[in-house]
Amino acid sequence: MAQASAEGQQQHPIKLYLIVWLWLFVLSTFSYLVDYFHLQGILRWSLILIFMMLKAGLIVAVFMHMAWERLAIIYAILLPPLAVVVFMALMIFEADHTLFTRIRFFSPGSG
Amino acid sequence: MPDTPLIRTQDAATPTSGWHSLVSDWSSDRHAFKDVSWGKAMMWIFLLSDTFIFGCFLLSYMTVRMSTTTPWPNPSEVFALEIAGTNMPLILIAIMTFVLITSSGTMAMAVNAGYRRNRRAAALLMLVTALFGAAFVGMQAFEWSKLIHEGVRPWENPWGAAQFGSTFFMITGFHGTHVTIGVIFLLIVARKVWRGDFDSGRKGFFTSRKGRYEIVEITGLYWHFVDLVWVFIFAFFYLW
Repeated sequence: MAQASAEGQQQHPIKLYLIVWLWLFVLSTFSYLVDYFHLQGILRWSLILIFMMLKAGLIVAVFMHMAWERLAIIYAILLPPLAVVVFMALMIFEADHTLFTRIRFFSPGSG
Repeated sequence: MPDTPLIRTQDAATPTSGWHSLVSDWSSDRHAFKDVSWGKAMMWIFLLSDTFIFGCFLLSYMTVRMSTTTPWPNPSEVFALEIAGTNMPLILIAIMTFVLITSSGTMAMAVNAGYRRNRRAAALLMLVTALFGAAFVGMQAFEWSKLIHEGVRPWENPWGAAQFGSTFFMITGFHGTHVTIGVIFLLIVARKVWRGDFDSGRKGFFTSRKGRYEIVEITGLYWHFVDLVWVFIFAFFYLW
């Protein structure tokens, strides 16, 4: 495997890029097929998330060269987005609460 | 200002991998990101801030979709196209996804060609990338006009929850703007590479400083990020 050179340049074999490229095509086709075959429920959501994470991981690690950077920048860039996950958890509670109040107070015959 | 890359030579004792490298890099004075030039570090930090912007868009989409009492329009049917008499669900979005992935592949090869000092190949591959990007924006314009024609507005649509339109235009519009800016960025850098600016040491119009082939990789970071965001939009907005 090629290493980052002394100048901080990223030089990697074309073959690696082509393999990742092919995998991105395959994974995108799989995601599309999830919709095409009308998979529903937990199976649908988990497959969508798995294919999404695999694609995102390949793009960040290989195309954006994160796999060859040092931990100092990997953690500086990849840890802060976890705050978005915390935010998501908060908004799930918020949205559930809003939905509850809408059903309880605004739907016909709820008065 | 002298044009020295901000990369310090390593002490023999400094670890380059593992937890010890993290601690010693961050506790070293002045310069935490070793092996990463200031240009690349700044692009990463910009992309991190952009992550939060798109994260907040997708979160607000999640919130309105979860809290609405009206059913959400089915994206599979909304984005279906009639091709040769058969109704293909979500086909345009699938094609757009493949176009963007293809452009990411050509971009990665352009970075590779740039570092091999093969400037013709690098410039041409960047032009091809820009072309795929422009095709993506064109298809998005087609999708927007189709939906607007069918009566989708930010405040209403014929199929269900009104929030569908506002989140759709906001998220895909912001992403399309990023692609457009990326195409312009690619064309500017491709021109510099083609002209041989990074071999002749020609000073930049804006910075009055010599550029390096690294700008191809920095442009690539931005372009791959645009592809990355689309992966999340595709999963959460179109497939969910």
